[in-house]
Amino acid sequence: MAEIVLQVEDLHLYRGARPVLTGVSLDVERGELVAIMGPSGSGKTTVLRAVAGLESFHGGRIVIDGVALTGGTHATKATLRELRRKVGMVFQFHCLFEHLTAIDNVCLAPVHAHGIAVPDARRRGLELLAGFGVEHRAAALPRHLSGGEAQRVAIARALAVDPPLLLMDEPTASLDPERRAELGALLRQLQRQHRTLLIATHDEDFAREWATRVVRMRDGRVNGTV
Amino acid sequence: MRWAGDPEGGAPFVEADPARPDRLVGFDVEVAALVASGLGRAPEFVNVRFDSIDQSVARGDADIGFSGIEDTPARRTTMAVTLPYYEFREVLAVRDADAGRYRTLADLRGKSVATLGGTIAYEILLRAEQDYGIKPMSYDDDVHPYTDLVIGRVDAVLLDNVLAARRQKAMQGFTVQPQTVAIGHYVGVMAPENAALRDRINGILLNAVRDGSLERILRTWSVWNDDQPSLHAKLLAGEPIQPVVGLDTSTSVATASRWEAARRYLPSLLRASVVTIVLSCLSMGLAVIIGVMIATGRVYGGRLAKLALTGYVELIRGTPILLQLFVLYYGLAEAVRLPAFAAALLGLALNYAAYESEIYRSALEAIPTGQLEAARTLGLSERQVLRLVRGPQAFRLALAPMTNDFVALLKDSSLVSVLTVLELTKQTQIFATNLGSWVLPGTLCALLYLAMSLPLAWLARWLERQWRTLG
Repeated sequence: MAEIVLQVEDLHLYRGARPVLTGVSLDVERGELVAIMGPSGSGKTTVLRAVAGLESFHGGRIVIDGVALTGGTHATKATLRELRRKVGMVFQFHCLFEHLTAIDNVCLAPVHAHGIAVPDARRRGLELLAGFGVEHRAAALPRHLSGGEAQRVAIARALAVDPPLLLMDEPTASLDPERRAELGALLRQLQRQHRTLLIATHDEDFAREWATRVVRMRDGRVNGTV
Repeated sequence: MRWAGDPEGGAPFVEADPARPDRLVGFDVEVAALVASGLGRAPEFVNVRFDSIDQSVARGDADIGFSGIEDTPARRTTMAVTLPYYEFREVLAVRDADAGRYRTLADLRGKSVATLGGTIAYEILLRAEQDYGIKPMSYDDDVHPYTDLVIGRVDAVLLDNVLAARRQKAMQGFTVQPQTVAIGHYVGVMAPENAALRDRINGILLNAVRDGSLERILRTWSVWNDDQPSLHAKLLAGEPIQPVVGLDTSTSVATASRWEAARRYLPSLLRASVVTIVLSCLSMGLAVIIGVMIATGRVYGGRLAKLALTGYVELIRGTPILLQLFVLYYGLAEAVRLPAFAAALLGLALNYAAYESEIYRSALEAIPTGQLEAARTLGLSERQVLRLVRGPQAFRLALAPMTNDFVALLKDSSLVSVLTVLELTKQTQIFATNLGSWVLPGTLCALLYLAMSLPLAWLARWLERQWRTLG
């Protein structure tokens, strides 16, 4: 039986009195590329944020590669620290650190959060950038990168500490068709390296073409799986 | 007749009547009334700061100034001055315990000696600085030199015997030495073109000497003493009376050419500029450190910390910096006896820290949440997020307003002269008082401030450009 990397059980989340997630359950196996689809406000980005530990939830449970978050409780610092090793996240607008070059963006967490020596972190960072075809942009500041380049740097940054699970929010939102195809190929490449990917997207065609499984959400709950 | 005086100087010269604060009393008030009545006019008082009376009279705010104004060579050159109507002695006051060892200025090598700024006594101290190595301290009033003497901030006070005697009635702990350091006279001062009026007033004063009305006034205020009859005799005999000479025994600054005066004063202006720039740099450094701590506390702290820090910021921003400096230096003197420079440094730093903290707080809050969340998902602790992601980006945003504040602080540092710190503006004021004109000293002072602030502005612009390209 395939190994389950992410297990989401009966997730409930409210903003004030308004329910945002009303019983989301979802399992993702190692090596899968799962796309969560749904209209705006369906809760797909919120699921990603809850899994990344950015949003506390009121009921249910999330288990990522053995680290559990329980609804209605505050995760301890130790749990969050462990969680951060298990999940990488690429934001819709990339959120690269504006004052650091591409390579410094990639090396920040390995050096400061994981204590990896600077030369080792740089070597690994450059390998990652090279793998995504942007090593020639290593010394560039984020504002000098194109949208596609910035996204690749953001993916490299998220993968720099080798998390078992990578989350991506609306990865195709700012890409033209050519760049979309390149991104699809890149994600497929990651998947072949046995990485596990969970993406939230509006993009029906992209999801159909590249995802191994599509999960549909509506009004804060899972509506079906294809 | 409009006459100018400074009621802050107090009794027995000019002061608000303790019984009726809207009314002025003092022997200068009565001398002014006597002169006005001699001219057949009613006296009308114009309130002018003591160190600005000459300039104010020269520009026509008042016809004449009376406020314990000293007869000096500079004044005789630049203004029309009346006959002297009172003779005083500059006397040295020391703490009771030091009465045996500090008898003259020569005994005070390396010690600080206080007096009122812009007076001949200050000039005498400047000369004693050259001759005996004393440290002159300039005050804006004639009370704090004595209180600072008693609590040990200064080692002696040089002021005239009228002021010394009055202080001795009000407080204990110091002794007035019997030796006379210099003899001087009080005069009325008028604009130089008022020579005709001066001559009429001299006639009125001579009459008052002759008929004893001046003596009656001086006796009323208990300032009549053995020195006065001989002065009066000389006046009646038409003998010349020498002005008191301070710093410069050869030629007065006022009689020297403008360029010569500038050349002579430039070294002290440059020294004062060093005080200004050092004080400003140290205060700003401290203000930045405290400001960062306040801002961090207000963004990350608990409810109580936020409340306390907001209270501090509002208190500092809502009250004048001058008041804060006074409280720090004089108000707390009973508990903490800060040296003047330290009090100035701390006062400016604590004040500017409140403003800096607001800049840093808004800069920290301007960093998009996405940046912080991205840093958190990478596994950075909150402290690391602040140090590595939020802080550096906020600093770039804060740089331009910070530079503005530094330039403002450079200029606000002139306020610390109220704590006896001799910085550029105070030194310029002294120069202007001695020269009897603000044109040259003011120009030099402005050039020196610009020489300090323009490079700062350039540096800030350069840094901003660097960071824009380097990241």
